[in-house]
Amino acid sequence: MSKSPTAPPMASPMASPRSFVWSRRVFLTLLTGFVLVPVYVMVSSSLKPLADVTGRFRWLPSGLTVRPYIDIWSTVPLAKYFVNSLVVAGAATVCSVVIAVFAAYAVSRYAFHGKRVFTVTVLSTQMFPGILFLLPLFLLYVNIGNATGIALFGSRGGLILTYLTFSLPFSIWMLIGYFDSVPRDLDEAALVDGCGPLGALFRVVVPAAIPGIVAVAVYAFMTAWGEVLFASVMTNDTTRTLAVGLQGYSTQNDVYWNQIMAASLVVSVPVVAGFLLLQRYLVAGLTAGAVK
Amino acid sequence: MTTTAHEQAGTTAAPRGPAGGAAATRNPRRGPRPGRLRRAGLPYLLLLPALILELLVHLVPMVIGAVMSFKELTQFYIRDWGSAPWSGLGNYRVSVDFHAPVGEALLHSFLVTVGFTLLSVGLCWLIGTAAAVFMQDTFRGRGLLRALFLVPYALPVYAAVITWVFMFQHDNGLVNHVLHDQLHLTDKRSFWLIGDNSFYALLTVSVWKGWPFAFLIVMAGLQNIPRELYEAAALDGAGMWQQIRRITLPSLRPVNQVLVLVLFLWTFNDFNTPYVLFGRAAPEAADLISVHIYQASFVTWNFGTGSAMSVLLLLFLLLVTGVYLALTSRGRRTGDV
Amino acid sequence: MRSIRAAAVGAVTMSLALAASACGGGSSTGGGDNASPKTLTYWASNQGASIEIDKKVLQPELDKFQKQTGIKVKLEVVPWTDLLNRILTATTSGQGPDVLNIGNSWSASLQATGALLPWDAKNFAKIGGKDRFVESALGSTGAPGKDPAAVPLYSMAYGLYYNKRIFADAGIAKPPATWTELVADGKKIQAKGKQVLGAEGSNVSENIHHVFVFAKQHGAGFYTADGKPDFTNAGAVTAVKQYVDLMAKDKVIPAGDAEYAQNQSVSDFAKGRTAMLLWQSASANLASQGMSADAYGVAPVPVQSGAPGSGTQVNSMVAGINLAVFRNTHNLDGATKFVKFMTSDDEQKILNKAYSCIPSVKSAQSDPAFGTPANTVLKNTLATSSAALPQVADESQFETTVGTAVKELFADAAAGRAVTTDSVKAKLLKAQQQMPAK
Repeated sequence: MSKSPTAPPMASPMASPRSFVWSRRVFLTLLTGFVLVPVYVMVSSSLKPLADVTGRFRWLPSGLTVRPYIDIWSTVPLAKYFVNSLVVAGAATVCSVVIAVFAAYAVSRYAFHGKRVFTVTVLSTQMFPGILFLLPLFLLYVNIGNATGIALFGSRGGLILTYLTFSLPFSIWMLIGYFDSVPRDLDEAALVDGCGPLGALFRVVVPAAIPGIVAVAVYAFMTAWGEVLFASVMTNDTTRTLAVGLQGYSTQNDVYWNQIMAASLVVSVPVVAGFLLLQRYLVAGLTAGAVK
Repeated sequence: MTTTAHEQAGTTAAPRGPAGGAAATRNPRRGPRPGRLRRAGLPYLLLLPALILELLVHLVPMVIGAVMSFKELTQFYIRDWGSAPWSGLGNYRVSVDFHAPVGEALLHSFLVTVGFTLLSVGLCWLIGTAAAVFMQDTFRGRGLLRALFLVPYALPVYAAVITWVFMFQHDNGLVNHVLHDQLHLTDKRSFWLIGDNSFYALLTVSVWKGWPFAFLIVMAGLQNIPRELYEAAALDGAGMWQQIRRITLPSLRPVNQVLVLVLFLWTFNDFNTPYVLFGRAAPEAADLISVHIYQASFVTWNFGTGSAMSVLLLLFLLLVTGVYLALTSRGRRTGDV
Repeated sequence: MRSIRAAAVGAVTMSLALAASACGGGSSTGGGDNASPKTLTYWASNQGASIEIDKKVLQPELDKFQKQTGIKVKLEVVPWTDLLNRILTATTSGQGPDVLNIGNSWSASLQATGALLPWDAKNFAKIGGKDRFVESALGSTGAPGKDPAAVPLYSMAYGLYYNKRIFADAGIAKPPATWTELVADGKKIQAKGKQVLGAEGSNVSENIHHVFVFAKQHGAGFYTADGKPDFTNAGAVTAVKQYVDLMAKDKVIPAGDAEYAQNQSVSDFAKGRTAMLLWQSASANLASQGMSADAYGVAPVPVQSGAPGSGTQVNSMVAGINLAVFRNTHNLDGATKFVKFMTSDDEQKILNKAYSCIPSVKSAQSDPAFGTPANTVLKNTLATSSAALPQVADESQFETTVGTAVKELFADAAAGRAVTTDSVKAKLLKAQQQMPAK
């Protein structure tokens, strides 16, 4: 993560004392247990027959079965929800990142009236309770739909718009920090070479800020992928997303826990894998951007 | 929230706009209008998309919500909410009359939320910081462990919380299996999803999901602490623990300022966790304010009172944020956000 | 520089373009008309074992309707967790389905919003007249004295489902007819190591259905005659206490059931863990969980003494699903035709069989499928000893507040805390005070 090859390993200033090493061992072991148990439950239960998950809990399955992984696709139209979630979260991420890049660039590189107002306003939306604007937003979408014919309510578009604004404040804030850390001499050199300001942004600043942008994208994707409240009201049968669709496994007559766990796992794999693959960027992005 | 970033931007960006006159004169064919006008307009143009979207999705609905809070918006009027009668401060009066049941319940829910948030943020911060500090040195398996620790944060809320629901079941859950059947700590199985224990269940899930974020941020913050500080301290004979106390923690202060605030706001407003954990009627002991307001508006169809409660919540959060920033920014540039 | 502006403007319009390209319907609001006579949107409630099963049941019927009338019905099966919210948002925005299923207890609440088409004599005439419907089912279609907000579609009643094998093992000759007998039988069942009675302690609606019937049996109710909440009268308190005492004092409901809210009690019954279950039209559910129809019997829900009947001998709420037309429909004629189709004798037989319900139309009830011993019990209950939940505008708030109070009392009972007349009364008082002031 830290790219500077000159930095010696952290341990070098002095050898860790025994007490430190032991507390580290104990603490990290306990923490690993705390983190892992639910993950283990999720994985093992998803491979258990239904009888195992509706009876007393058992650490080891009485038999392994992949049946839940086959059944999940027919109990609930999971594939359809998957596509919806991919489209919604993907589009929200792309838009959010692009818009955040523009806004952060403006704040980072220009002096203009209302800059304070802008940053404060955008950031303060972080503290809005979602419940306050759920119904008004819904009404607004419907009215926009009536006035312009653009269907926002019940459509993926409406959900994309909503989600991208959820991640926007944090993204802008993080990118401002990151762009500030990109030396201005670089974009000035680009300007001298004949690039316009946007040219400088895309040819110099953005490439230099890739870790920050990846971090922001990961955050935006996760936000959109897991949201429940707005999705439950703003989607219908054809546009339902995974987070809401998963509730379909608690049916009228039984809770298919093994299928719930299997589906949860299937749903989690793309985000968790992506997150872990990109975590280096994430730490680097946060290091240079948010926490500087 | 932006203290550091904004501070720099505000003080240094002004003289250095890249849309310098040089660029404009070098490319005379790039449009007939004078460069200065464009220079002034460009930042606004860049901000416009973000601004429009924030207006559309957050600010305008919030204003509508605030307007609703002054209306008697019950089921009789929701079909045409414009026709709902104005109720003045009626909804607010009901919400803050702590001697009447509605206000009392709101106050109870508020206090539960405050307690829950303080504990959750505290624990998240503590665990996250401890883990980050312990993992500052390289040791075998560090990379794997770090990836593992981030898993709870990366899991979609629904998937994570429903797994905990499974584990917290009274008859068949893992938690009771371990506590009761295997360790014999309790004389009978406990309830975790109803009754008083539900508070601890909620806290556990919230900490489990939230601490990796603190871990991530603190880990990033640690990268920015100059190595020389440690080396100097080591030369002075400071031990490992002393280094952590004297250098690591103070250096993390600006990071913590933001981290704690963000965690606080997210936890306080969290809807998904309690909703998935308990459904729409949360147990009293774990009646978080977001679910409480949801119930007040969507389940009992009283959107006026629900909106009034939301506005009060927003005001409270604004106040807390303001006071928090004012207090924690002392010694730094005050008044900066 | 033009490229800059183009890019920035592009970013602004991107969101709009996105929205425009995305799918989803949307037409203007307003009263009912016939602007789009060839299509209908129908929100069905989840009646079968899963949403997918519902689609399989309903789609062939909708195809049949299309063949008859040329009207294409777009079906969406809405899960129960979302249905009321979806109806609420549809009401608020005027954008909703043309025809929809509602839980019959919501009728009066939704009626008060004005979102549903009133079924006056003229409208009823279009679907064959009001007389075709079972009287008790019509009692749960809206506030008394007003035109119904919906027509009954599927009818159900509570029955006492009992496991024949467990009963035989415990030496119980016939299912209990009174609560005292049920508790006494419970002791015999517990002696054989089985659980006695399943319940859904955290399911707010189930709680309401049961305490409502208990209140009836004590000659009380939760509302005054003029429709005001009256949750703390002696009869109501006794009723709630009696229900919760099944767990707290009589110990016939296992403590673990206090956290049930997702029909785990049905599952327990199907797996032979509990001997009895109070449920509405459970046969299809039980069958889908592999319980064969001769493994269990259905008896009337117990009463305090004597035999089920009217007044204090009531032993079930009028359970069921109503079919309503959304007032803002753009295909009023089509919607009415669709209601007529769904309530026709043939469809009533097909659909009620599929969902193990009782037809809401008298003439369809004669089908032999509804004459099995199990269905006869339910049919008789519905006809002679059931009562409609209060048909008041704030019924949904009543369900929430009182249902939650009962849930909390169950939690107390499960935790071993005493459930006393005072603690019951205190909870109910709190519930009543949270009702909207009028």
